[in-house]
Amino acid sequence: MKTFVIGLATVLSAVGIAQAQGKTAAEGIAEYRKMLEDGNPADLFEVRGEALWKTRRGPKNATLEQCDLGRGPGVVKGAFVELPRYFADTRKVQDLETRLVTCMETLQGFSGAEIAKTEFGRGEQVNVTALATWVAAESRGLRFALPQGHAEERKSYEIGKRVFFYRAGPYDFSCASCHGEEGKRIRLQDLPMLTKNPGDGVGFAAWPAYRVSNGQMWGMQLRLNDCFRQQRLPYPTFGSEVTIALATYMGVNAKGAESIAPAIKR
Amino acid sequence: MNASIPLVFATAAVVAVVIGCGTKPAASSQDLDREAQAAVKASFRDEGIAKTDRLNQDLGQSACSSDKPPPEAVADQIMSEARASVKWPANGMYFGDWREGEKLAQNGRGMTWTDPSTATSANGGNCYNCHQIIKAEISFGTIGPSLYNYGKNRGVTNLAAPTAQGVIEYTWMKIYNGKTSNACSNMPRFGHAGLLDQRQMADLMSLLLDPKSPVNQ
Repeated sequence: MKTFVIGLATVLSAVGIAQAQGKTAAEGIAEYRKMLEDGNPADLFEVRGEALWKTRRGPKNATLEQCDLGRGPGVVKGAFVELPRYFADTRKVQDLETRLVTCMETLQGFSGAEIAKTEFGRGEQVNVTALATWVAAESRGLRFALPQGHAEERKSYEIGKRVFFYRAGPYDFSCASCHGEEGKRIRLQDLPMLTKNPGDGVGFAAWPAYRVSNGQMWGMQLRLNDCFRQQRLPYPTFGSEVTIALATYMGVNAKGAESIAPAIKR
Repeated sequence: MNASIPLVFATAAVVAVVIGCGTKPAASSQDLDREAQAAVKASFRDEGIAKTDRLNQDLGQSACSSDKPPPEAVADQIMSEARASVKWPANGMYFGDWREGEKLAQNGRGMTWTDPSTATSANGGNCYNCHQIIKAEISFGTIGPSLYNYGKNRGVTNLAAPTAQGVIEYTWMKIYNGKTSNACSNMPRFGHAGLLDQRQMADLMSLLLDPKSPVNQ
């Protein structure tokens, strides 16, 4: 906790200094990321995730070491930059977090439905986030290359694109309201344009990420959940089709972008 | 938005080619529209004040839900319905207090599932999220145009002058329902959607148009 508090103070002062020197907040944050280099608190979640992967847990007292993340049982490196993808056993396109839940159910005997109902930051959801952080970290520096060979994968992309532009709610917002144009900001926060590859380590290529402003580790499921909250829409359920489809849309658009996940964010 | 369109089309074209190579016949665009609608309906639940009825779209929302603008006739219909929706302030009270307007402009709260109430008193104007307004506030967004010197640039030196009336009515309309002049405007419809009451909108009017407001210094 102490590390996190110090981290918060550091980023605020880094941003403050950056502003005083006429730099943008983004440059300040980038500078802060450099300063941390080996000190991103996401490391703690990464270490925890790796331990969880190898620990016998759940009603079946098994590890996750035989979990198939898309590249075959137990293959972790490179899996993250190819997700979401279609899985024949579940007959579904799955993202990293929902796939981890499938493995926790089939290999360890947890109830996937129970985990999906659990609030972020509570119970087994904490472990899903830690596992996702580690799995993502194992693909750090690799480039996104989501498969689009299966009809369900292409359908997921097309649904994701439609959801991205879906305007609704009291503010008439869609994802595109904030992320459909180049070079825009909300207050001082730069907004990545997500209808194309926004660049290495930007947007989809940065999550899971440690959020300095609230001291929390967020996976893409929670990131999307908070986007919908700010769009003033109702609550997207964990692993719901819109969340997977949006991840497919952003992931395919990010083709060739280098993954820096787990990143550190404002 | 316009700059993105060729890229999106290019992506769509690539996808179309890939689909063309598959063994199964590709789903039609209309099928995918229906599937996306079904996915939206199935993916959300009520939370706090944010109920699933918020997913239902009116004409403007559904017509502005793609990477292409709506056909001209549809855009015209959206704009004329928007103009008909505008309620003008009671007793011609277009103006309030620019200081209150600035507080509202700064306030980005309202209408999320973590907000306690849908009452207008619980809502901010969210203005700085997207607009530059007074010069001293450097933390402003850029999705909307700068509003610094809004009244001054439009020649408003006296709010009671008959020459100012056109700008005053236009600005009220824009805040009340921004789809009056741009069918797919990114701006929330603060009056039409019940986000702000007449007094709050009058305070924002003062912030933008009062010659004494820091906006016009």
